[in-house]
Amino acid sequence: MDVLSVTDLRKEFSDLTAVDGVSFQVARNEIVGLLGPNGAGKTTTINMILGVLEPTSGAVRINGLDIARHRSSALLRTNFAAVYAPLPGNLTVRQNLRVFGLLYGVQRLSERMDELLTQFDLVKFRDIKCGVLSSGEQTRVGLAKAMLNRPGLLLLDEPTASLDPATAHDIRARIREFAAKGTGGVLWTSHNMYEVEEVCDRVLFLSRGKILLEGDPKTLPGEHGKKTLEELFISAAREPLAFEER
Amino acid sequence: MSLNRTVAVVLRQFYLMRGSPARVLPLFVWIAVDMVLWGFITRYLNTVAWSGFDFVPALLGAVLLWDFFIRVMQGVTMTFFEDVWTRNFLNIFATPLSIAEYLSGLVLSSIVTSLIGLAVMFFLASAAFGLSFTIYGLMLIPFFLVLFLFGIAFGIFGSAIVLRFGPASEWIIWPIPGLLSPFAGVFYPISTLPQWMRVFSYLLPPSYVFEGVRATISGGSVSGGAMLWGGLLAIFYLLIACRFYAGTHKYAVRTGLFARYSAETLS
Repeated sequence: MDVLSVTDLRKEFSDLTAVDGVSFQVARNEIVGLLGPNGAGKTTTINMILGVLEPTSGAVRINGLDIARHRSSALLRTNFAAVYAPLPGNLTVRQNLRVFGLLYGVQRLSERMDELLTQFDLVKFRDIKCGVLSSGEQTRVGLAKAMLNRPGLLLLDEPTASLDPATAHDIRARIREFAAKGTGGVLWTSHNMYEVEEVCDRVLFLSRGKILLEGDPKTLPGEHGKKTLEELFISAAREPLAFEER
Repeated sequence: MSLNRTVAVVLRQFYLMRGSPARVLPLFVWIAVDMVLWGFITRYLNTVAWSGFDFVPALLGAVLLWDFFIRVMQGVTMTFFEDVWTRNFLNIFATPLSIAEYLSGLVLSSIVTSLIGLAVMFFLASAAFGLSFTIYGLMLIPFFLVLFLFGIAFGIFGSAIVLRFGPASEWIIWPIPGLLSPFAGVFYPISTLPQWMRVFSYLLPPSYVFEGVRATISGGSVSGGAMLWGGLLAIFYLLIACRFYAGTHKYAVRTGLFARYSAETLS
């Protein structure tokens, strides 16, 4: 069964259609990249999947549960990390993990917290307030929070944006391991095409709220006469109509 | 309803207080100042009034009850504001936390913080100014209950206002008790007010409490019907406030307010 199924999702604000009839699935053990230029509708889509934004129409099903009707059950095994949603800076790393662990109903929470503190190299920061950590350290705390409940669906909105290359490499490895060994799937947004090509099994290219392209990031550029994913991204972002017509 | 999720909201507040004297001190400093100030005012009034009327239970007791109402209300709004100040809405409302669990967490936090304030007020008023609570008898229970329910109602209402209109609307919330106090008859009988003000007084549950306080200390009896009406009004406002918050929360989900909350102007 797909861990995420999005069907004909649409979001209209007063004078803007931010997401325009998007449909896609994320399977178990799969990492799907959601790409697109700024304002393409990626974050709006993620917010609708997380239940913090109501779609104008369409449906989101997480592990078969409709988010509109079974919000709490669907979110129990969903989690996310985003650069624009840091954890409260006035709580320590451990306090934040405990509060969110309770919110997600994590069993044997202390044990799970210790595992994640070690896994994300946060042991030495555990009693430090998140607000005084570097942006890279805060990102790691956010990722540790996102893994707390062993999510069936993990949403990552530019998770490595503020990390140095070495840390970003480690994080990518951990998320690949999470997808490969666990029972979850990952929806990942990034502007780093090298990263997307390395990590994602499949990519969706979003422009003006619609999916323009979909496929394997390693073969997709060639299918459209481009050498790299970055080149394809730039072409699709600049001339979306050319791709819509295909 | 999950108790764990409600406890998480309270635990967050506990962590914040434990690590921050700036959050703990306001729980009792201002009300302690109020107790001292009104304690001396009532002591002075007792010396200059010829009637033999004891101002301590009438005025100091009323201030204590009114401060309790303020503490209850602020206990709710302060817990809510922590999420506003840390821009935490996206994080917490993307969890399984329901509206009822979140509001229960705000109320539980408020119970804890307002009880701390109440204990300090009780101690200061009785130890320093000889306020004896036996004078109110068992009526003290409905007095506190009505003020508690009304404080929770206004706390939730205030939270909904800030959620709807953004962080800058906090300034509307802080002066609410001050705006209500002339109508609630904290320091004087409702009959002192002009007719148009009395109309509002009759709609405010605290006015029944303070009329009851004055009736008790002047040796009369408190109207059970009036207190019941005050209690029913407080429950009514609480239900309205919860409904208003739930409606505002759903509006926020519909319009993307949670996602855009970091912006100062939200309309």
